[in-house]
Amino acid sequence: MTSMLLGRTVNRIIWLPGTDRLLGTCHCGAVGEADDPVAMWDWLLAHPEHPERPERP
Amino acid sequence: MEFVRDQWYVAAYSAEVGRGLLGRTILGEPLVLYRTGGGQPVALADRCVHRHFPLSESRLAGDTIVCGYHGFTYGTDGRCVSVPGQQRIPRTARVAAYPVAEQDSFVWVWIGEPERADVSLIPRAPWLADDGYTTVCGMEPLAARYSLLVDNLMDLSHETYLHGGYIGTPEVADTPVSTEVDEDQGIIYVSRHMEDAACPPFYAKSTGITGRIVRWQDIEYRPPCLYLLHSRVAPTGVRPGPDGSDPAGFHIEVVYAITPSTEHSTYDFWAVARDFARDDQGVSGFLHDSNRTVVLQDVAALNILEQVVAAEPEGTQELSINIDTGGLAARRMLRQMAEGNPRIPVAVP
Repeated sequence: MTSMLLGRTVNRIIWLPGTDRLLGTCHCGAVGEADDPVAMWDWLLAHPEHPERPERP
Repeated sequence: MEFVRDQWYVAAYSAEVGRGLLGRTILGEPLVLYRTGGGQPVALADRCVHRHFPLSESRLAGDTIVCGYHGFTYGTDGRCVSVPGQQRIPRTARVAAYPVAEQDSFVWVWIGEPERADVSLIPRAPWLADDGYTTVCGMEPLAARYSLLVDNLMDLSHETYLHGGYIGTPEVADTPVSTEVDEDQGIIYVSRHMEDAACPPFYAKSTGITGRIVRWQDIEYRPPCLYLLHSRVAPTGVRPGPDGSDPAGFHIEVVYAITPSTEHSTYDFWAVARDFARDDQGVSGFLHDSNRTVVLQDVAALNILEQVVAAEPEGTQELSINIDTGGLAARRMLRQMAEGNPRIPVAVP
């Protein structure tokens, strides 16, 4: 998907096509995956100290 | 959820505010709205300081309001200019005057500290006052807290189930969304792009498309009040040109203003602006009636949900899944704003 918001502090979550997985990209460039939006947001908002992988609920 | 103060809220359509008195309660504060003879909108607290009679149930005399109970008379700045039977006007005889501005066919009022009101912070919905678009609109009172309407609008997969036969088709619920949040600017953007979808009656009858469609839904929410749904439909396979031009696409800008009235009621302002069939009154009537029906379907569902939520113990567990990614972001942003972290947009170079 084309990025629609172009600010300096944009966090993105893409629902990976054909799966139930979410791919989160922090504005700092860190990338993580999760299969639950609560865990995905928690991981993104932990910036700048992103856990190694999002917690499973 | 707590109210978010120090923000602009839509109080009315410009067309609703004239030389009569209009009462609206916003964030629990009763307001009276009117327009001066010179055309300026005015918003005052809707309670006479004397015995609290609603000024909206009173009358205008020139640009002043004369209380319908004992005649206390207020100017556009809220100051009392006349009291009955005596010369001295008590120093405290005034009602609050709210910062007010008109933009994009709406009358906006600032709820919060008046000195913080900055009209440049009012988010835009330019299509509503653009000659290149034709707009139909309305407002439905909702007997539910505003957060339920935010939840509803941030996850459009409910269209498939609640609005089947109008705007819902199976593809809406079946298509994954992408979510972006600009933390500085305070914007939540949720995209659902359906490349080969059934055309629901809302679009088939308004555009004349008979086959399957490309259907893009791009939500742009600017908490707390303004919600935009950028909607594009076209016959399957028809995409915008590389330069962004899109002469074969049909564009509808759906605008909602979500204005909390009380803790358990909300004004649901809705507008549908289109760039096609602009002079076709039949299309205007159809889109107005269809969208109002859809809004009333939401109102009926959310009114029921309010009763359920209001009876639940605090902190009752919910379950969120992928479709809720944008809605969760909206809840978080609103919570932060209500806790005193208003997002004042910063300039981005």
